[in-house]
Amino acid sequence: MVSGSSLTSTSTPSISLLKDELDIVIPTIRNLDFLEMWRPFFQPYHLIIVQDGDPSKTIRVPDGFDYKLYNRNDINRILGPKAACISFKDSACRCFGYLISKKKYIFTIDDDCFVAKDPSGKEINALEQHIKNLLSPSTPFFFNTLYDPYREGADFVRGYPFSLREGVQTAVSHGLWLNIPDYDAPTQLVKPLERNKRYVDAVLTVPMGTLFPMCGMNLAFNRELIGPAMYFGLMGDGQPIGRYDDMWAGWCMKVICDHLGLGVKTGLPYIWHSKASNPFVNLKKEYKGIYWQEELIPFFQTAVLPKECTTVQTCYLELSKLVKAKLGKVDDYFNKLADAMVTWIEAWDELNPSENPGSSAAVKPNGAAKGK
Amino acid sequence: MSLKLEDNEVDIVVAALRPNLNTFLEEWRSFFSNFHLIIVKDPNLEEDLQIPPGFDHQVYTKSDMDRVLNGASINFSGHSCRYFGYLISRKKYIISIDDDCLPARDNSGVIVDAVAQHISNLQTPATPFFFNTLYDPYRQGADFVRGYPFSLRDGVECLLSCGLWLNIADYDAPTQIVKPHERNTRYVDAVMTVPLRAMMPLSGINIGFNREVLGPALVPGLRLDGEGKRRWETIEDIWSGMCAKVICDHLGCGVKSGLPYVWRGVGSDADNAMDSLKKEWEGVKLMEEVVPFFQSVKFPKTAVTAADCVIEISRMARENLASLNPVYAQAADTMEAWVDLWKVAGS
Repeated sequence: MVSGSSLTSTSTPSISLLKDELDIVIPTIRNLDFLEMWRPFFQPYHLIIVQDGDPSKTIRVPDGFDYKLYNRNDINRILGPKAACISFKDSACRCFGYLISKKKYIFTIDDDCFVAKDPSGKEINALEQHIKNLLSPSTPFFFNTLYDPYREGADFVRGYPFSLREGVQTAVSHGLWLNIPDYDAPTQLVKPLERNKRYVDAVLTVPMGTLFPMCGMNLAFNRELIGPAMYFGLMGDGQPIGRYDDMWAGWCMKVICDHLGLGVKTGLPYIWHSKASNPFVNLKKEYKGIYWQEELIPFFQTAVLPKECTTVQTCYLELSKLVKAKLGKVDDYFNKLADAMVTWIEAWDELNPSENPGSSAAVKPNGAAKGK
Repeated sequence: MSLKLEDNEVDIVVAALRPNLNTFLEEWRSFFSNFHLIIVKDPNLEEDLQIPPGFDHQVYTKSDMDRVLNGASINFSGHSCRYFGYLISRKKYIISIDDDCLPARDNSGVIVDAVAQHISNLQTPATPFFFNTLYDPYRQGADFVRGYPFSLRDGVECLLSCGLWLNIADYDAPTQIVKPHERNTRYVDAVMTVPLRAMMPLSGINIGFNREVLGPALVPGLRLDGEGKRRWETIEDIWSGMCAKVICDHLGCGVKSGLPYVWRGVGSDADNAMDSLKKEWEGVKLMEEVVPFFQSVKFPKTAVTAADCVIEISRMARENLASLNPVYAQAADTMEAWVDLWKVAGS
């Protein structure tokens, strides 16, 4: 484990919201040069760097950042046998950063993601937008056609029930990407030159009961509300699948958020995704996922959590039982994954003993939409 | 301009609540001129309509309504007059825009062809079963994202296209009073499918729909006692939108929301919302009962058409809501009468 101490920055005059309550988690296997571009926005915050791959390699962190770096040796030392649940040779290892953090909020970003510009040419402070998203309510029980009603210049439209206008706590803020879009391998092969140029100026709540593919490239969440659900699964080295880590976490997370009455937002902020990964390499990783996905989606769409599950951990453990019972027959991988989910929760509780995520969330019976 | 196949499949329904349609139609001329217009005059409007020349159109008035209604008790006054237009049309698609809305400009300053956008929304699939984070995957420059199941990428038929409004947004009376100067200046460049089971408030100001399949679902059911001519004094579109959404969900079809925008403001009374507050407050209270009702609506397998579903909703409304407020019993009656009328006059 390597630490770096900070130098006071004089280049950022704006107030840095939540700078003592938020950790930035970055998985990396190459270098962190991209941090230079983010310096004005990230420098006030503490970074948790999760170094994947060969631990003997030194990852250079640009000067002036306050950070802690964990490589595989650190992960093994800290978790002991439980380290088996943390993926190796896959960015899924980033969830170790969520585990080890002591902060209320997490922002995670890939090391090939740069600062984007909005249509007026202004640089986008993605972190600030994520914080705004997390600090304002979500509205999962009724769709607002003008998108985020709490945004300046917008509101709830005619017909939106007043009893639902307080909204619920936001657990997750899912950001998007300009330039290289997050497509799967088959789509990349068919459309290698497509770039996402469309800036959609909206944040919206993903409705209750609706699943979506959560991308881990540009993501923030309230660790106290939903942290234990953000396990990124078994991927990479020794595993039959890759590039489904964030998908898996997103589906588990959404089922649990729906059960606990928490909100998930998607849309702004955009980052600039610079690196197109190799579609043939991706295809090999995703191959099984593309088939398994067809079973996974109905599984998550029909997953029912009992009323007694009122914390994120109990929900997650219940989900792991359902995974074993219903997906074990799809492939033995899911038996291992279910076990890893349990190990993850054990590790979470061990490293975060005084927390009880989910207790502060409004508890609602499973499946019932709230109209009053 | 050349006539595309779509032109023969579309009627544009204009509800004339004001006599002077000159500005409205002139501003929309380049986008409307290929299509047949059904202009429905509010039965309470005394003056003759002023319509500029050069439009292929037909005007319907109170006497047409009386003839078709043949005694059936459906109230087509005010904003509800457009439903008469939906009824007597024979086309596959209907597009309807309020007469106080003009074409908007997008972020590059280009005028938006709202008609073409609605048609495009209705003719490309919807994706209600899984949310695509890049919004409409069929749009040029977009696609389904990683993690989107392949079996769901064909999508389903889109039956309803809900557009939005720049300038004066469709707020209710209390919001208008609190924020009298707020204008919607944010052009969100997206169309998206409203997911399965998600409820939404349909604004009748700017819509397109597949009349062939969904027609009977757009029903002028719920009228407020003091319903007025200003949009925030009505709730008919909200009710019919909820009907349409639960029906689309049941039929396995889609509803889209987002583009196109229209520019709303000509003749709109953004002020004087205070007068409306009394009228619309009733509607605001009703929503507290209406929303849980629709969330609990379940259709039997035997309901296979929109008309079947409307009858079911009317039955359930009578059972579950009528005791709460007489307007619901009235809505149930209207919905039944509407389906009967649709069988006779609508098909």
